[in-house]
Amino acid sequence: MNPVLAADITLPHINYGAIAPILILLGMACVGVLAEAFLPRTLRYPVQVLVSLVAQVAGLATIIGLALSNYAKKPTLTAGDALAVDGPGLFLQGAVLVLGIVATLLIAERSVERGGAFVAQAAVTAGSEADAEQARRQPSQTEIFPLSLFALGGMMLFVSANDLLTMFVALEVFSLPLYLMCALARRRRLLSQEAAVKYFLLGAFSSAFFVYGIAMLYGFAGSVKFHDIAVAAISSGKSDLLMFIGLAMLAIGLLFKAAAVPFHVWTPDVYQGAPTPVTALMASCTKVAAFGGILRIFYVAFLDSRWDWRPVIGVIAVLTMVIGAILAVTQTDIKRLLAYSSIANAGYVLTGVLAMQKDGISSSLFYLVTYGFTVLAAFGLVTLVRDQDGEATHLSRWAGLGRKAPVLAGVFTFLMLSFAGIPLTSGFTGKFAVFSAALGGGQTTLVIFGVLSSVLLAFPYLRVVVLMYLQEPAADAPTVAVPGALTSAALAIGAIVTLLLGVWPSVLLDVANSAAQFVG
Amino acid sequence: MSIAPYVPIAGLLVLGALFALFSCTIAPLVGPKRFNKAKLEAYECGIEPAPVPAGRFPIRFYLTAMLFIVFDIEIIFLYPWAVSFDMLGTFGFVEMLLFIVTVFIAYAYVWRRGGLDWD
Repeated sequence: MNPVLAADITLPHINYGAIAPILILLGMACVGVLAEAFLPRTLRYPVQVLVSLVAQVAGLATIIGLALSNYAKKPTLTAGDALAVDGPGLFLQGAVLVLGIVATLLIAERSVERGGAFVAQAAVTAGSEADAEQARRQPSQTEIFPLSLFALGGMMLFVSANDLLTMFVALEVFSLPLYLMCALARRRRLLSQEAAVKYFLLGAFSSAFFVYGIAMLYGFAGSVKFHDIAVAAISSGKSDLLMFIGLAMLAIGLLFKAAAVPFHVWTPDVYQGAPTPVTALMASCTKVAAFGGILRIFYVAFLDSRWDWRPVIGVIAVLTMVIGAILAVTQTDIKRLLAYSSIANAGYVLTGVLAMQKDGISSSLFYLVTYGFTVLAAFGLVTLVRDQDGEATHLSRWAGLGRKAPVLAGVFTFLMLSFAGIPLTSGFTGKFAVFSAALGGGQTTLVIFGVLSSVLLAFPYLRVVVLMYLQEPAADAPTVAVPGALTSAALAIGAIVTLLLGVWPSVLLDVANSAAQFVG
Repeated sequence: MSIAPYVPIAGLLVLGALFALFSCTIAPLVGPKRFNKAKLEAYECGIEPAPVPAGRFPIRFYLTAMLFIVFDIEIIFLYPWAVSFDMLGTFGFVEMLLFIVTVFIAYAYVWRRGGLDWD
C-alpha cells in the first residue's frame, strides 16, 4: 500500500451526541420509508403521523438538552469540522423543528377534505380513468410524512453546516423532497405539477450557481471550510476577485431559496400551485433554513470583507422589500398575495442580517420565528375557505366572510394586522427588532426603505380585511370548513404565538440574544 | 506573472470579432438575394440531421435508470472504501454499513412498491 496515501487518511472524530437531533430526524425518516414499504395501507396514516411527530418532538427535546448543557456557550465543531454545534445553529434547528411540528399538523389534516390535501398517486395522468378511480376511492397519501422529515433533517443539517460541501449536500437533501411535495396537490393537480417543475428547474439552476461558487472559493482559499475562507480573506496575498465571484454565486444560490428579488420569480407560482400545507412548510421552515445558511456564511466566512459586499446585498434587500410590497398590492389571489408578502419579509430579515453585529443575528433569528408562526396560521386558514372545487383562493371569493365565519375572519384579521406590523402583534416586535439592529449597524437607508415598504405592504393586508367585513358575500360564496383537531391546533398555536411574542417578545428575544454567537 | 505576452492574443480576438461582425453585416447588404430550396439544406456536410426523436419509450425504463444510478453511486463509494479498508478500520466498516443500510431501505421500498416488477 502506498505510504503517502496511508498518511493522508485521518479519521474524523464524530460527536454523535452533538449531532443527535439531525440523526434522529433522518433516522426516523428512514423508519417512515420502511413503514411505507411494509405496513398495510390502513395502518400507514396513524403510524406515519406518530413517527413524524415523535421524531420532531424527540429532536426538539435533544436540541433543548444540548442548549441547556452549554453547547450554546461552549460551541464545538464535529465530524472533521464539517458541522458546527453553536448557539445560532441550535436555535435555528429548534426553530425549524417547532415550525415543522405545526406544519406537520397541517399536513396531517384529513377531515377538511376526505383523504387529505394530497393525491396518493400523483403520476397518474390527471383526468384519465385511473384518476377517476383514484378520485372515487380517495386513498390517503402518506409518503409526504417521510418526505417532510427528510426535508426538515436537511434543513437542520444546512443551518449547522460549517463547510461549503456539507452545506451543498444539505441544500439538496432539503430541496429534493420539497420539489416532490409541491407536486402532490389533490385538487388543481396540473397547476401543482407545473409549480413543482418550475421549482425543480430553477432550483437546480440555483444549485449550479452555488456549486460554481464553491469551486471559486476553493480556488481562492484552498479549502471549503468557512474558517479557512475567513482566514484567507485577511491573509492570503491573492486577488480578491475570485473570492467575490465565489461569494456572489453562493449568494445567488442562497437568496434563491430565501426568495429575495431578483431571484424570487419562482415564489408566487410555486406557493400558489403547491398544496397549501406544503406552502406553509416552505414559507416558514425553508425561510428559516435559507437565512440560517446566509447568516452563517456572512458572519463566519465573510465577516471581515463585509465593507466590500454589504452595499450589493443592501441593494438586493431594498429591491426585495420594495418590489415584494409593490407586487403584493396588485395580487388578486390570497396565496399569491402571501407569496409576495413572504418575498418582502425576506427583505426585512436581510435588513437585520446586514446589521453585521451581534443583535443583527439575534433579531434575524427572532424575526424568522415570529414570521414563521404567523405565516403557518395564515396558510392554515386558507385551507379552510372552500367551495366544490377545493380551496377558494381568489380574493373576490373572500368577500363577506366576516359575516359568514366571524371566528375565522377575526383570526385572519389578527394575522393580517401582524403582517402589517401593528403593535401588540409579533409582526411589530419582529420588525422593530430587525430595524433597530440595522440602525445600530449603520444601515439607515435600508431601514427607511423598510419602513416605507411596510407601510405600502399594509395596504394589501388591510384590503383583505375590508373585503371580509365591508362587502356583501356573493350568492355562491365559498363555505368555511370546520377545521379538524390538527388544523385547529396548528391555527391556535400560530395565533397564540403571534400574540404572545407581540406582547411579551423578551421571552424569545432573550433566548435569541444568548444564542447569537457563531463558532468560527 | 505579467500579462504582456497575452496582449497580441487579445488583439487577435478583437480583430477576429470585428472581421466576423463586418462580414455578417456587409454580406446581406451588398449580396444578391435569390432563394431556393437547396440553400436551406446542410452544405456538403453528410447526411441530413434527423430532427425526429427516436419515438416514445415505456416509462418503466425511467425507473430502471434511476435504480441504476442509485447502485452506481453506491459502487462509487464502495470501491475506494474497499481499497483502503485496512486503514479505515472499524470506523470505516461501521460507517459503510450504515450507508449500505440506508441504500437498502430505499431498495426495500422500491421492491415492496412494485418498482422491480416489469408489468
